Order: sequence, then C-alpha cells, then structure tokens
Amino acid sequence: MSTAVDVKTLIIDGVDVSARQDQTVLDVARENNIFIPTLCHLEGLTEVGACRLCLVEIKGSPKLFPACVLKVEEGMQVTTKSDRLLHYRRTILELLFAERNHVCAVCVANGNCELQTIAQSQGLTHVRLPYRNPKLPVDLSHERFAADHNRCILCTRCVRVCAEIEGAHVWDITGRGIDCRVITDLDDPWGSSSCTRCGKCVQVCPTGALFDKSKVGVPHPKYPEFLPYLNLMRDGQ
Amino acid sequence: MTSEELQQIAEGVRLEHENYDYEVNVCMGAGCLAQHSDQFKNALAKEAEASGKRCHVRSAGCQGLCAAGPLALVEPSKTLYGHLHESDAKEVIESLGEKPVERLHIQLEDYFKGQRHVVLENCGHIDPEKIDEYIGCGGYAALLKVLTEMDPAAVIDQIAKSGLRGRGGGGYPTGLKWGTVAKALGSPKYIICNGDEGDPGAFMDRSVLEGDPQRVIEGMSIAAYAVGASKGYIYVRAEYPLAVSRFTASLREARRRGFLGNNICGTPFNFDIEIRLGAGAFVCGEETALIASIEGKRGTPRPRPPYPAVSGLWNCPTLINNVETFANVAPILRHGAEWFAGMGTERSKGTKVFALTGKITNTGLVEIPMGMSLREIIFSIGGGVPDGHKFKAVQTGGPSGGCLPEEHLDLNISYDALIGAGSMMGSGGMIVMDDTSCMVNVARFFVEFCMTESCGKCIPCRAGTAQMYGLLTKICNGEATHQDLDLLIDLCDVVKNTSLCGLGQTAPNPVLSTLRYFRDEYLEHIDNHRCPAGVCACSANDAKPQERTKERVEVEA
Amino acid sequence: MPVYQVPALPSDDKRWRIVNGTMRRHGYSRNALIETLHTVQSSFGFLDKDSIRFVAQSLRVPLSQAYGVVTFYHYFSMKPPGRHTCTICTGTACYIKGADKVLAQTEKHLHIKVGETTPDGNISLMTVRCVGACSCAPVALMDGEQVGQIQMPQIFEQFEGWKTHD
Repeated sequence: MSTAVDVKTLIIDGVDVSARQDQTVLDVARENNIFIPTLCHLEGLTEVGACRLCLVEIKGSPKLFPACVLKVEEGMQVTTKSDRLLHYRRTILELLFAERNHVCAVCVANGNCELQTIAQSQGLTHVRLPYRNPKLPVDLSHERFAADHNRCILCTRCVRVCAEIEGAHVWDITGRGIDCRVITDLDDPWGSSSCTRCGKCVQVCPTGALFDKSKVGVPHPKYPEFLPYLNLMRDGQ
Repeated sequence: MTSEELQQIAEGVRLEHENYDYEVNVCMGAGCLAQHSDQFKNALAKEAEASGKRCHVRSAGCQGLCAAGPLALVEPSKTLYGHLHESDAKEVIESLGEKPVERLHIQLEDYFKGQRHVVLENCGHIDPEKIDEYIGCGGYAALLKVLTEMDPAAVIDQIAKSGLRGRGGGGYPTGLKWGTVAKALGSPKYIICNGDEGDPGAFMDRSVLEGDPQRVIEGMSIAAYAVGASKGYIYVRAEYPLAVSRFTASLREARRRGFLGNNICGTPFNFDIEIRLGAGAFVCGEETALIASIEGKRGTPRPRPPYPAVSGLWNCPTLINNVETFANVAPILRHGAEWFAGMGTERSKGTKVFALTGKITNTGLVEIPMGMSLREIIFSIGGGVPDGHKFKAVQTGGPSGGCLPEEHLDLNISYDALIGAGSMMGSGGMIVMDDTSCMVNVARFFVEFCMTESCGKCIPCRAGTAQMYGLLTKICNGEATHQDLDLLIDLCDVVKNTSLCGLGQTAPNPVLSTLRYFRDEYLEHIDNHRCPAGVCACSANDAKPQERTKERVEVEA
Repeated sequence: MPVYQVPALPSDDKRWRIVNGTMRRHGYSRNALIETLHTVQSSFGFLDKDSIRFVAQSLRVPLSQAYGVVTFYHYFSMKPPGRHTCTICTGTACYIKGADKVLAQTEKHLHIKVGETTPDGNISLMTVRCVGACSCAPVALMDGEQVGQIQMPQIFEQFEGWKTHD
C-alpha cells in the first residue's frame, strides 16, 4: 500500500530542488550534495537541534533556522553559506574548543574526529576565546571502552543511541549549563553500570570522548552508518 | 450551578457585609505574613470582639505596598495602615468610626491615584481561601455565561477583539493562540498555566495566586472551554509555598462548588486542574521546557516549530498562558472586549501589573493602564529614588530585558516601545537603580544569572554565557582591553542569534542595553581601571584616580 | 506483557510510605518523577543515591534519567542539610540592595561557601533565585522563615541563637 506524499520544490543555495513534504532541509541538502555542517545530528537518531552548526538563512526572515529540524516548504529560499553564517559557525566551534580540553595531537580520535574535520572545513585557524581548561575525569573503569570527558561536546548522541536504539538508557546528562556532563546510571563508573557492552555509543561519538581502549595509539575510525540499517531492520522493511 | 444559585451566593455575601459596620482586611500575603500579620490579625479579631463593634476581620491578599507591611485596609473608610504590630490592634479597633491612627496611617494618594486595577481588583479585598467571597465580587459569572450562552468560537472572538496579549513577556496575541489550539487536530488537548515566575525581581503572579486564586481557575476554565480541553495543569514554583497551598485549597473549593469536575454548571463541559511544582529552574518558564518538566523530565527546551499549540504536552495540542494572562480573561468576558480594548495603547491593550522594586521609595505591586510613562510610574506612583540619590536606570524584563536610562523615562509602556528601546516587557519586574549601581556590574549579574540557569543543551548559551561572564568579570576587575570588549560584543551577537531558546537568545540583552546607554562606564573600567560607582573590585586597586580621569578627558578631547 | 514488580521499601522508615503514597497517587506514572522527588526531599531533607534508585525503579525511569533530573533542578539537594539553614535571596532586587555583600560577609563569618554546611553540621548556607518578596529586599530565609531588610548583626545574632539552642 502506498500513501500519497506531497512533493515540494524549494531553492537551496540557488539550486532548485524537490523534496518530500516530511523531509528536513538538511536531508534535502545532503541529497543534493550541499554540505551543511552538523555535530549533534546523526541519521537514525531523533533530532535535538542543539549544536547550532546547521543554522541556515531563509529569505524573508531575520531569524536563523536549524536545518536538521526545519521542514521543507514550497518556495522556500534557503541559504546555507554566507559570511554571517560562516562567522557564527566558526564562533560556535571556538566555543566548543575553548569549553573543554581538545588537544588534537594527543587525542585518540585525531584524524577521525568530526569536530576536527568540521573545524577544518570551516577554515577555523585559531581560537580567540580564552580556554576554560576545566579539570575533568577520564573514566577507565569499563573493560573495553573509556570515557574522556575532556573531549566531550555534549552532543548527546550516546544518550540517544543508548535510549532509542539499544533501549538501555544507561547514558544521560547530569547537572546543567556549563557543568553538564554525560553519566552512566547514578553517575556510577561506566564499568560497574548497567551498560550492555554493545558499543553503539562509542561508534556514534563524534570525538575522542568515548573510545575503544584497544584503539589507543592506532587509528580509531568510527562506524555510525549502521544506525539507519538497524532502524530499517527493526521496522521490518 | 445555575445563574440563580450563583446570584444567591452573591446575595448571601452581600448580606454578610451588611452585618458589619466596618471591615478590616489584613494582608496575608507572603510579605506581610513574614512580618507576622497573622499575629496582628488574631489580636485584632480578639479586640474587635471585645469592643462590641460590628467589625469583621478578614484574611485578605496582597495590598501592594509590601515594604510597609504588615498592612491592613479598613473599609468603608479606605484607611490603609502599615507597619502593624500585635500591640496596635486595640488602637486600630478603637479608631473605627473615629479619626485614623495617625502613627500607622499610610497616606499615599499618588501611589494609588494613577493605578487601574483589573487583575488586582479583588486582591486585598477578599479572603482568597473563600470561593464565595470571589463569587460575591462577580466571580464565575463569566464562566457561567460562557458555558450557557456562548459557543467556543465566540469566546475566542471576544479575547481576540479585546487585544489581550500574553503577559508572560513575549506579548503574543492571546486570541490568536487560543484560536490555533482550538483548530489544532488531536486530542486530548491541555491547558497549562505558567506560574513559574522565574524572573528575579518579579512577584506579580505570586500575589495573584495568593490573593485571588479563583480568578486564575476561572480564566483557565474559560480557556479550556474555548479550545476544547478537559485537563489543565498549573506549574508553580516550589519557592512559593504559600501560593501552592492557597491554590491547592482553592482547587478543592472550586470542585466543591462545582466549577471544576464533570458537567460544570449543568453543561456537558468537563474540566479539572492539577498542580505541578517547579524545582528551581528559570529555564522552565520557556514553554517547551515547562512541558518537559511537567512530563517529569529535565527542563530543557526543544526547537520550535512544532509549537505547543500543535504538539505540546505528551505531543498533544496545548495552550500555555501565564498567570496574569488568565487573570485577565474573566473580566474581559464579564465587561466585554470593547471595555478592555478601551484601555491602553494602539497595540498593547489593558493594564499591566509591575513589581516596583530596587532603589525606589514605594516598593510594591502596581497595576497601571498600558501607555503610562516610565516617569509617571517611577516618580509619581513609586515616589522616586530615596535618600537623595540620583536615578540612573530602570531594568525591565528580568534577565532577558534591558536597562533604560533617564532619557527614556518618557517612554510609554507598551510591548513594542520597550523592545524598540532595547528592553522588553517581560513578566513585569521593574527594578530601579540609582547612582550607587555600576551598570557593568549589573550586566555581569544578569549574565551570571543566565549562565547558571542555562540548561546546557545548546553550545552558544552553555559556553557563550560562560565566556561572556569571564569577559565581564575581567572588565569589572579593570583588567580588560578594548579587544576584550570587541570580543564581548561579538559573543553577544552570536549568542543572541544562534541560541536554541529564548533564554539564550535574550541573555545578551542586559549587556547590549547597558553598552548602548552606559558605554562610558565600560570604557572607564577599561581605560582608567576604575569603577565610577565604586562597586567593582577595580576601584579599590585604583592608585591614582585623579590622574587617570585627566588622561581620559584628554583622550576624549 | 510481564508485570512489573514495584521494589520493596528500602527500610521500615515511615517516611518511605509517604514517598510511596505520592507515587501511588500518580498511579506510578513516569511523569510523577519530579513530584515524587519533592516528597523525598521534604521527607528526608535531601536525596541520596539509594532514594533516587528506589524512586526510579518504582516508576520505571532509567537510573541515569532520574539522576539527570535531580541534578538539573537546583531545588533538589544531594547533601544532607545542617540542623539550620540560612538561605539568602540573590534575585535582582536583593542584589541591587546589596545581597552580594550580605552573602560574602556570611560566607566569611561561617568560614564556608554557598552550598556548604559548617563542619559541626549546624548551619547550611544556601542561595535562592528570588522568593518573590522583592519589596522587602534584601531577603533571607532563616530556617524557612522569611526575614526582610536584613542587616548583618541580625543574621549573626540568629547564628548565635542557633548555636546555643542545641
């Protein structure tokens, strides 16, 4: 049985594109090879609209909109690249780099880090803001994985994958504001938590915050592409 | 409940009044209660009985002038007494029918003259825990009329025509919001009353919830009928224990009288309200965060659209209005939309309650028609700045608002005028500052507030406010450079335009507005390392203030 | 569907029954988490991991989620309070009237920081974001009782009173 779906046409960066009515601007842009940077978005997980890197301009509105949750509309004129957006994206990246201790040279994810890649793509050369240098713990209690809070950007992908896909909801966020931190169970050590050892959180982590202990010193690429397939299998399609 | 029965109750209340020659309304608001107004009331009741005078002593709500508490209002002479103590009870009773007790008498004609009470009409005149007294003042007549004579569309039409706009800060047209929820597909629908009065320096909602809770229940019920909801929640701060207990008691009373529950007033309309406690998170004033909190989750906002009107509580269509907005509903339906629209300005109708605090002679609650100038509020009603100090700025809109200087005092209060001047209406806090306040320090105070109240979900607000706070601290300490100031301004722009919710988007407002009107104070901290008001730490380290001032003059010339 | 077993009360302390009462009143619904935590805090004075675990398991809320909620809301405390509590309002009106100085002097006097309790367990120092008594600024809550237009000597006197009573 097929249900009729309305198709909309819109313009992204001057290119005419068509989209199903339930698609987001981000989906359509990616389909058309238009790059919009994202960190919290991951195909297969619910959207939270938190990293603010995917903000785009829409003609006729002074406000900016997160492409990941912005539904397409007929005749919409979207701009994904402008001096203003580039400036905002760079500053947001600066805020991320200055928030914790992101030292690429000694990071397990060096070369495989989404934060690093996006910073390069946006031409971020230096950070104007003072580094906050917080003292954060590294949790090595798990027999296979480790959590280095110094590298965490609070994208909550681990929280979502654990709750939505694995169904265990071992991860969540404690505290608020600048004091937020990801935790397992009642802020217990990861190793003695109710973790199912499935490793999905490590695969979806965009930085070196969650990593496989066996990958220290060797390249540590991550494979989050399993998610959409897993969802498809689950839906029985 | 039929209209005859309602009239009967009102008549009963009127006859009750006739039993007495005098009525003394003793304020039992949180402010007066803290100053032991309950003890005074008990003593007064005893004295009244002993005197043999036909006098009724009533526990009433807030009278507005909280700083002069405990307060009591004597009817019918309308004599207001303040700073009352147990030992004054005898004198007060003796003076009934005679000359007022000079020592305790508060004579502030100017304070009351310019005010117009709609929301606060019953506050301080009725016993908030007695539903019949509310009915005696015309309460629930609007609900009865709505349920028996009007269809939902007509109710929404009245609210729309009245020009009422959301009193929580944003000023979204209430009629439009109701219409959207009414049209939204999906059921059930929910009504939420936002009583999470998080703006520090604002206590209008607390006073209404404590002083006239039935008015809010009636407003919510009318809204429920208009949009087709059968369940409501009121979200009240846990920091307001008195408001919580009064409102809980009022819900029971309303159920007892049949204004909540099934088949209200003999019609098929069903509606009930549940109270939910906040737990100390300013961000829960944001509607999507508030919804998350009612659902028992961390109070983090989510991107809109979808708006709560379409997908709110448990993804159902939800109407969220603030306490003061709901408090305006019953009077509008009782007196008609034209009556309400007759007050205020072109685009801001009705009245607004403000909490007037800070360096001002008469602190307290005031309700004024929209369009009144700031000068009138601060200098006529508020009595100006005390102790011979000079007015410097007035802060409106809480942490999302801004500081307006003397040259804006003739600004007429309206949503749009305040935004145009770089501030906002907010929920109604109005904090007056004099020359002893440093505007950089004030800006830092608000940014610190936003930093600690940020939920941490989106990066611009989470880390941006922390960086802004660091830069402002540097300026306050006299250690900042012009480069730091430029960086601060840049960060303000980024945080304002890229944050997820209203908290982040407005967090830079206090900085931007003080930069706009008090830039010289920032420069004084940076160039001369001194705090003109003598508040910041840098002024203590200032070795040669005179010389530095001279340098500064030369630079400017 | 398997029937979910509500965990047994952690001890025969009567207060757990009050907590359980709140959950029962809400039909053990997950959205009663915050309401139940309020009951725990008002019954026990604070929340610890055992009480959070009990509430979370009773309401079938993931442990990490419950912990996230507790630490998100500043009203919930995970430290046992002292015998007495001095809460200073840091709202705007109080700040303009010098609450920051009151706080600094109180910290100095008690030799503790905000959120801490004196080593003898007698006094906890807290702050609150506006109690809505702005007309009486600066305001403090001494053991929950509101004191307006506070002066330092008045606070110190109260501290002395708390010392001698115990």
